[in-house]
Amino acid sequence: MAQTVLHPANTRGAADHGWLKSFHSFSFAGYYNPERIHFGALRVLNDDFVTGGMGFGEHPHDNMEIISIPLEGELQHKDSMGNVATIKAGEIQVMSAGTGIYHSEYNSDPNHPAKFLQIWVFPNQRNVAPRYDQINIDKDTRNEFIQILSPNADDAGVWIYQDAWFNLANFDKSTSRTYTLNKKENGVYVFVLSGRLEVNGQPLAIRDGLGIWDTDSFEVKAAENAEFLLMEVPMKF
Amino acid sequence: MQKIEILIIGTNEPIVKTIARLIDKKDQWHAATAFSLNDALEHCYAKAYHLILIGAGIDDRQEEVLKLHLEKLQQDTPVVKHYGGGSGLLYAEIYQAIGK
Repeated sequence: MAQTVLHPANTRGAADHGWLKSFHSFSFAGYYNPERIHFGALRVLNDDFVTGGMGFGEHPHDNMEIISIPLEGELQHKDSMGNVATIKAGEIQVMSAGTGIYHSEYNSDPNHPAKFLQIWVFPNQRNVAPRYDQINIDKDTRNEFIQILSPNADDAGVWIYQDAWFNLANFDKSTSRTYTLNKKENGVYVFVLSGRLEVNGQPLAIRDGLGIWDTDSFEVKAAENAEFLLMEVPMKF
Repeated sequence: MQKIEILIIGTNEPIVKTIARLIDKKDQWHAATAFSLNDALEHCYAKAYHLILIGAGIDDRQEEVLKLHLEKLQQDTPVVKHYGGGSGLLYAEIYQAIGK
């Protein structure tokens, strides 16, 4: 029988640095909750709001798969591999930090905030050569799961060093679909971006998270128009 | 009060130094750095640490060699792989390892 863990939006950790407001689904930086360390290989899910013209100065990363999904606005990215790019809503960015990378991210628009999800997944290999990629994602298709990340370079979306699959979805009210896991030993973390959902009958509102595992599949139904992210990750890694 | 002594091993010097700086921001913690297995072994033979963090560039074989030496030294120091390279996960990794 499927097991679940519910993380209501208002139970997330919160940090307010003035220019950066962040909600942490799992322990991060100054927020430490021993009951909320990770969901399988999913280690970080930060819901960030960056004031116009502000951002993260140069800082390091190593041995982590780092995925950024802008929800509103844009961020300018620069890294020690020589990549300079602007990432905006409708795109997804991935970095395999591996042996080490330095980067900065700024909201280059002084007049509008940037909102984005920062997601970290434990890699299945340590000390890989760092890499960066950025692609457009399909935001037009409705009522289907749209794969935006996988372990395979030749599959839809970006790829990472982990047996993980991410799907974005935009469902009209009352749409119902079955999500079938790629690997039955994986689990899925459902995160609601807008609207209301039901997952196997469990109601979820905006920014609620639900982890589900020990199942081959589950039902997702939109209680109202809803956008959401499904993050399938190994539960043991 | 005795500080928690933490040794960080990694081959990426700027990242190891960044992690050490972040650790030293906490009054009750103190960081030492090693940039190779041999460097780390010298540290461990000189004194016992409360925690050892394995950073980027140190592979599983080197980690095993380190653990064998700790066993020989009868030190039961937890050896933890560090992920992320910055402040994001660091404090949770340390709190978990030292049982907070």
